[in-house]
Amino acid sequence: MSTPYTKLPAWADYGLIPLINLLVAFAGAGLVVLLVGENPFRAAAILVEGAFGSGTGIAYTLYYATNFIFTGLAVAVAFHCGLFNIGGEGQAYIAGLGVGVVCLAFDHILPWWLTFPLAILGAAISGALWALIPAYLQAKRGSHIVITTIMFNFIAASTMVYLLVGPLKPRGAMAPQTRQLVEGGQLPKLGWLLSDFGLTVRPSAPLNLSFLLALAMAFVVWLVVWRTRLGYEIRTMGHSSKAARYAGISETRIIIITMLISGALAGMMALNPIMGDQHNVSLDFVSGAGFVGIAVALMGRSHPAGIVPAAILFGMLYQGGAELAFEMPNISRDMIVIIQGLVILFAGALEHMFRPTVQAVFASFSPKSVGIAPPRAEGA
Amino acid sequence: MEFFEALINILNSTIRVSVPLLLACLAGLYSERAGIFDIGLEGKMLAGAFAGAAAAAVFGSAWIGLLVAVLVSVALALVHGFASITHRGNQIVSGVAINFIAAGSTIILGQAWFNQGGRTPSLTADGRFGAITLPFADQLRDVPVVGQIYSGLLSGHTLLAYLAFLAVPFTWWVLFRTRFGLRLRAVGENPAAVDTAGISVAWLRYRAVICTGVLTGLAGCYMSLSQNAGFVKDMTAGRGYIALAALIFAKWKPVPAMFACLLFGFLDALSIRLQGTPLPIVGKVPVQFMQALPYVLTVILLAGFIGKAIPPRAGGVPYVKER
Amino acid sequence: MAEAAIELVGINKSFGTVRANRDINLVIERGSILGIVGENGAGKSTLMSILYGFYQADSGEIKVGGKAVAIKTPNDAIAHGIGMVHQHFMLVENFTVIENVILGAEHEALLKSSIAKARSELERLEREYGLEVDPDAVIEELPVGLQQRVEILKALYRGAEILILDEPTGVLTPAEADHLFRILRQLKEQGKTIVLITHKLREIMAITDTVSVMRQGTVVATRETAKTTVEELAELMVGRRVLLRVEKGEARPGAVKLSVRNLTVRDSRGVTMVSDVSFDVRGGEIVGIAGVAGNGQSELIEAVSGIRRAVSGSVMLDGAAIEVTGHADPGELRDRGLAHVPEDRHHVGLVLAFEENENSILGYHDKQQYLNGPFLKIDAVRDDARRKIEKFDIRPPDCRLRTANFSGGNQQKIVLARELEQDPGVLIVGQPTRGVDVGAIEFIHKQLIAMRDRGKAVLLISVELDEIRSLSDRILVMFDGRVVGERGPDATEGELGLLMAGVESQEAAE
Repeated sequence: MSTPYTKLPAWADYGLIPLINLLVAFAGAGLVVLLVGENPFRAAAILVEGAFGSGTGIAYTLYYATNFIFTGLAVAVAFHCGLFNIGGEGQAYIAGLGVGVVCLAFDHILPWWLTFPLAILGAAISGALWALIPAYLQAKRGSHIVITTIMFNFIAASTMVYLLVGPLKPRGAMAPQTRQLVEGGQLPKLGWLLSDFGLTVRPSAPLNLSFLLALAMAFVVWLVVWRTRLGYEIRTMGHSSKAARYAGISETRIIIITMLISGALAGMMALNPIMGDQHNVSLDFVSGAGFVGIAVALMGRSHPAGIVPAAILFGMLYQGGAELAFEMPNISRDMIVIIQGLVILFAGALEHMFRPTVQAVFASFSPKSVGIAPPRAEGA
Repeated sequence: MEFFEALINILNSTIRVSVPLLLACLAGLYSERAGIFDIGLEGKMLAGAFAGAAAAAVFGSAWIGLLVAVLVSVALALVHGFASITHRGNQIVSGVAINFIAAGSTIILGQAWFNQGGRTPSLTADGRFGAITLPFADQLRDVPVVGQIYSGLLSGHTLLAYLAFLAVPFTWWVLFRTRFGLRLRAVGENPAAVDTAGISVAWLRYRAVICTGVLTGLAGCYMSLSQNAGFVKDMTAGRGYIALAALIFAKWKPVPAMFACLLFGFLDALSIRLQGTPLPIVGKVPVQFMQALPYVLTVILLAGFIGKAIPPRAGGVPYVKER
Repeated sequence: MAEAAIELVGINKSFGTVRANRDINLVIERGSILGIVGENGAGKSTLMSILYGFYQADSGEIKVGGKAVAIKTPNDAIAHGIGMVHQHFMLVENFTVIENVILGAEHEALLKSSIAKARSELERLEREYGLEVDPDAVIEELPVGLQQRVEILKALYRGAEILILDEPTGVLTPAEADHLFRILRQLKEQGKTIVLITHKLREIMAITDTVSVMRQGTVVATRETAKTTVEELAELMVGRRVLLRVEKGEARPGAVKLSVRNLTVRDSRGVTMVSDVSFDVRGGEIVGIAGVAGNGQSELIEAVSGIRRAVSGSVMLDGAAIEVTGHADPGELRDRGLAHVPEDRHHVGLVLAFEENENSILGYHDKQQYLNGPFLKIDAVRDDARRKIEKFDIRPPDCRLRTANFSGGNQQKIVLARELEQDPGVLIVGQPTRGVDVGAIEFIHKQLIAMRDRGKAVLLISVELDEIRSLSDRILVMFDGRVVGERGPDATEGELGLLMAGVESQEAAE
């Protein structure tokens, strides 16, 4: 909604209220932990220990975070234009095709540092194209982008299953996946980076070069959204389509460009597991990362500086969750899905639930600074 | 005659797979007709399926399962209502959240309570809804065509299946013949008109999402207590979204909703049936194509190429009293 | 004298710091038609919304039939026999007439008997008042006049004895309006009490028994219609306020800069809002367009500035055509020297969530001075914003502050600074001082005069008659989508008031 909310200090607006929302979400998750008969505080301790307690743990945490940075940025860019792209999952899945095709074609011929830029293009272009049709339908025919992107997630899944059990599967193989990529299609691991800090990292730990790409993209997104003419136009459209028309900004053009960027970012997520870890394109390699992006973007308030830590938090939940499952057999990694849901609920749909209370508390300290603005009477 | 039997078979399985779609689709109809978008059908259905199976396993009664399923599903629907009616939050975001909460908690709780890898214990006959044989179905089995249709297609479904199809005319009747239905449709089109007529917009919308909760609970129940003998993780597998697609396809009307669900169910049944068998003329159709078809059709519909799907006018917009 | 149907005693209502109604005392006699006139924002609609239970008065008392009652919701109002026909119809568009009539007044859980009852009741109402309408027609397929009749039927079906109509003729053709008046007279004869809110004096004279004039939240006068004149009412309505003096010299009009010919514009519902309007604006003059809100001024400037597509007509800017009926691009018009300060600064002229400096380039964000390839020169943008802040005395002087945190006057200065600093040849200004504090008003007015004195063409739209009179060199009056008259700056308030109320044009038409 465009109604300006009553004033709170910036730190309360951007720090306190999101923190309260997050705490409530975690309290909800803690309740579930209690319900299955475990101690939530011990669970939290194991979780944090599993995620950050060892070099290998950190490497895994950052590996997962890489996925969520990409998908979180994808959702955030669309949010800035007032669009809800639920299709990150499908866009990333189809982008696996782009990455796969590039790698399968060049991994024998080119070194990884030449394959990588080509694969980035492949990922970005295929992800963007998968977002193009919903974008076009929204811009030109007014079809609700939420519904079309959901539909495109399912179409993407069917398409990829078809390709992976058929054309892309090597002859004679049983598993529905492509052949293993050879060296030219494998990204260097980044475990050594952590080793430099004196941590021990198992060589199998999947943290790889695409983490740096993700960080670079976070910077690029910041640059595009806040420092370019295009970003300015995207944000204008996102806040008020009337102001955009007044400023001579074409609605169709901006919606389509935004969704292309969003799809490309979601698509780049495919690089991380395919080239960085498993070295093949397999069924369901995205495994929900597209959806985690929604929670990450909401939690990070659509700003890269918020998205990166939010992605790392979810990376921690994923990695720590795996450890937790060892220690507490009653709790599997699906615990994260609940937390994700609760974060989306409290940081998204109920984001303003605690605002009146917080405002009242502030007002009781210094009524003037809160300046509870009177509702305007117009056309009385 | 062999072809006819095959046809009866495939139509029979069409009915079976259509039932949860139909219940979920009608569930969505109540909410969306009242102006509350609901992409959380999937989650409520899943939670209903789990709660139903868990309760039926513990108490050994399908009826208790049904009751608990409906209660849990309604509770989630009320969360959606709380976020989108009371707090005027984003309805899409709230729906997404509910889907995740349901997906995660069914697995976690299932594993914690029953230790069967996210499954609930296999249900005995008492814990399930058994097939109902219609009167004289057995005697008429051999009567050509009519008898075959009667006993092979119409008879032998469970209570919930018959309920689902009865819910179609019932929903139509509620919507178009009762005071509640009139107000429900009005609040989805122009809540200000409802408000100035002295009716509470919020309470009306809450009642609509409760109806949604009841029906998604039944849909979940059908899956875990009728179609299967227990809950398996992620057993709804996107049916909530197909139901949503069917709802759009049916332009938010109950009878077309039934046909849309039957059509999508038929595609599903056909794709299972045809796995690997070549068809005349077109040759072998990949099963994935059939699976994707409902979604493709919905996108084409949304693009306005086959008629225009106009959602309830106030859908997705929180009602603010100020003028 | 008949007894009072409704008595309002000491009604007060504030929205924040704005006092929409103050100490209102009003007696509405049974079986009469009371007119309430006043300019926009005089508090008419607020008062009636209080009576209908949509708002709660801060203090005061409502008496129905002599007894004090509490009206907290529309339900209470309905129970006390008060019905309302809203300016924007409260109808469900894809419902039938009968469904709309019974909505909220169904007497049992099933519709069948309610519908049957409504059907016979509608027949009766049709017989008694000539309110004919097909009960099974779908609302969106009915002409506006009939939709309004459904609103009246809704109120009568609920047993309304007192009927409030808020600007009922705004959307009607003259013939439909005449029909409505016949119906209202008939209702009066049957003993109903009618309150008619309008700004059209002709209607007041034609149909009411008594008339109350509202100004700035208070009832300034109540007259028997037979014993008053339009002139008196017009004067009461606009009041004898001290004219805000604006220092300005003689205008020296130059060449025609903006030329509008036969412009016709429809709104999003397809209603013609501007019909066949033609005028010129020369360099070095301010042309003001006066009129009550909703008479086409907004659509006129939207079409001229390229935001809304016109149906027909042409607009020339410095002798070259603007594609008003095609894809006019506001960005391109800016390049050609047309600047536009829109009426709605909250949603159109500004993005309230933006920092001040970001808004200081809205619409000019593609100018080379702010760009370095695809990048915004953020330092240039901020320096530029700081310069404007200083020049226009925008407070607080912080270009990084969120725009929503500036006061109305300072927000308007942000828009004005942006548009004026581009040194446009033509400036279109809508409601330049709406919601602006007194200090800023003077500043803004001086800026507009300065523009004129630099030889620019200024087109000013305002519902504040004072503002139009003190700034304009020529005044055009719009009524019902047409320019109904042109006057010099020395035109009296009464004269303009009559034109704005459509009196003269109607007399000429008859």
